[in-house]
Formats: sequence, C-alpha cells, structure tokens
Amino acid sequence: MTVAPEGPLAHQQIALVDVLDRLLAGGVVITGDLTLRIADVDLVRIDLRALISSVNANVPSPWEEP
Amino acid sequence: MTEGLRYAYAVVRDTDAPQAARTALERVPGVAGEPVVAVRHLGLAVLAGTVPAEDFDEGPLRQRLDDMAWLERVARTHQRVVDTVGAESCVIPVRLATVCQGEEGLRRMLAAGRERFASALDRLEGRVEWGVKAYAATPVPEGPSAAQEPPAPEGPPAGTPSAPGGMSGRDYLRRRKAQRQATERRWGDTEEGARLVHDTLSGLAERARLHPPQDPRLSGVSDRNVLNAAYLVRREDSAAFAERVGELAGRTAALRVELTGPWAPYSFTAPDETDAPDETDARDGTDARDGAESTGAEG
Repeated sequence: MTVAPEGPLAHQQIALVDVLDRLLAGGVVITGDLTLRIADVDLVRIDLRALISSVNANVPSPWEEP
Repeated sequence: MTEGLRYAYAVVRDTDAPQAARTALERVPGVAGEPVVAVRHLGLAVLAGTVPAEDFDEGPLRQRLDDMAWLERVARTHQRVVDTVGAESCVIPVRLATVCQGEEGLRRMLAAGRERFASALDRLEGRVEWGVKAYAATPVPEGPSAAQEPPAPEGPPAGTPSAPGGMSGRDYLRRRKAQRQATERRWGDTEEGARLVHDTLSGLAERARLHPPQDPRLSGVSDRNVLNAAYLVRREDSAAFAERVGELAGRTAALRVELTGPWAPYSFTAPDETDAPDETDARDGTDARDGAESTGAEG
C-alpha cells in the first residue's frame, strides 16, 4: 500500500534487523585457520537470542513464546 | 605494527580506489574506534583495522555478541565503513565479525580467496542491492476470544460457557468457521500478492535472494512479514526499479511494501551456486526461508 521513501541510507535510521539480515546472512565468508572460528550458525543463534531477550526486556511482546 | 587482531570490513580492487577509500575513511573509525586502512596484496585490497584482543579474540567476542548494545554498535559501524568504501568503488562486504591474525592473516585471506574475490568484483561492479519487504496486515479477530482459543473439535467442552451472547452452538461454530475462512482467504491473497511482487522484481533484477521473513519480536513490526527479499540491480536501473516497487505496492491492497537501499551488495557476495541463469536464484530461496525459520523459531 505504501512505499517507504527512498533515499541515501545515511539520512534515515535503518532498522537494525535489516542491517543484521545482511551482515549475518550476507557478506563474504572467510574460513580457515587464519580467521577466528565463529561458526555462522552459532553466530546467528547467539544474535537472535540476544536480540529477542533484549526486545522482550524493553517491549513486552504481545506474542506468546513458541 | 603488523601483529595483533585485524577486523576485516570489505575487499576491493587494488587500483586507485583504495586511496580514495582511505581518504573517505579518515573520518569514519572502525568498530573499536580504530583507523581503517587498506592492506594490499595480489591486486586486491582489504579494508581492515586493528582491534583489541580483549574484545575481539574468540572467547570475548562470543560473549560480546550476547550484548545487544555492543552488537548493534558493531553492526552499524561495520555497515558505515562498508558504505563509505562502497561509495568510492566496487566493494565486497565481509561478513560481520571476521577477525584475522595480523596483516599477514589479511594477506593470506586475500591470497586464498583471490579468484573468488576477483570474479565477485566483476559480477558486482556497478550494481547495488535493494531490499523489498512486504507485510500482511494482521486480521483483527471479531470476537474477543476467537484468536486465542484452539479449534474446538466437538463443540465447546462441557462446563465452559458454550458461546457468547446466547448464540446456539451451531451458530457459534458456523461463525468461527467463517472467520477462519476469511482469515485464510486474506492470507492467501497476501501470499499471492507477495509472489507477484517478487516474480516481477526478480525479472527486473540481475539476481534475487530471499531472506527469511523477519521475526516480529526482532523487527518490532506486528504485521506478518510475507516477503523479505534483496535484489541486485544495476546502479543506473535503480530509479526504474524503485518506481516499479511503488507501482506494485499500489496494486496489492492487502500488502504494505517497504523499499530500503541502496545497499552495498551484501546479499550477493556468494557466487551463483547453480551456475544457471540468474532467475533461478530467486526460486531457490524457499530453502533459505525454511531453514531460517527453523533457526529463528527458538530464541
């Protein structure tokens, strides 16, 4: 129905969840012993837990926990 | 100093672009407040900064990632660095929290990924990513209890009030059924609308990728997210793409459509695994959606 106004990203506060969609599921993945081994799955799981607990702490969710 | 941990933000070609990026980055510090510099090797350059081990070594980093405020600051800073570099040249964003051992680690990373980076830079040159999300407005239940109650298989259980307002059991069940069907129809429409939006935009984009629908608990948006997609579009086609998004949004009344971007091509750094025409990429996205739902369901 509506389209958010387009424009340079710098001029609007981008939702953190949109940023994390890209930074956690996108971007080139470097593997091997030259990088620290932060497994993708672990990272995403950690982040979701942090996000959800943080969101729940600040804003009571109208949804029941699954 | 060449030792210590290095946080990598992006890979670019080692042309004159790293110099321009470095100038632009002079006022854009990295995730630890550190200067971001270009480390060059084999015709490539990686933008990276020295970060303290007490925050970014493997153990501490895992702990830090549980801290929402820390994660947000790092993610937004990472994005700002990538955007700054991307404004000057074609950029391959590196995934969040990629940390190498010293400059030597960065150079080995460039050497190991040399072919992959070169082909990605060729593919992504002159392209930007646009994000499109579509939401279905949550249907408002008519009765106060209709949404919460589990379906009653054999009518209301004994001992509980059978139905509001002295309605007969049969009327009650009929009304419940009608409500359920209306809800299903509406969601059916929005799914169909989302598919139409995605198919149309995929046709305009070089590549498309479906991200998992966003969890309302993360996005803070209560409407059901039925489409969370990224599209790789030539920079010069961006205005036409955005215009098309607006047209599609107006055509599907049951959907609310949001456009974000332009983004650096975060969602398209991986080569097209099918090695087939680009359109197939979008259809593969259902797998990603299913997988992500199973990951995201448990907090």
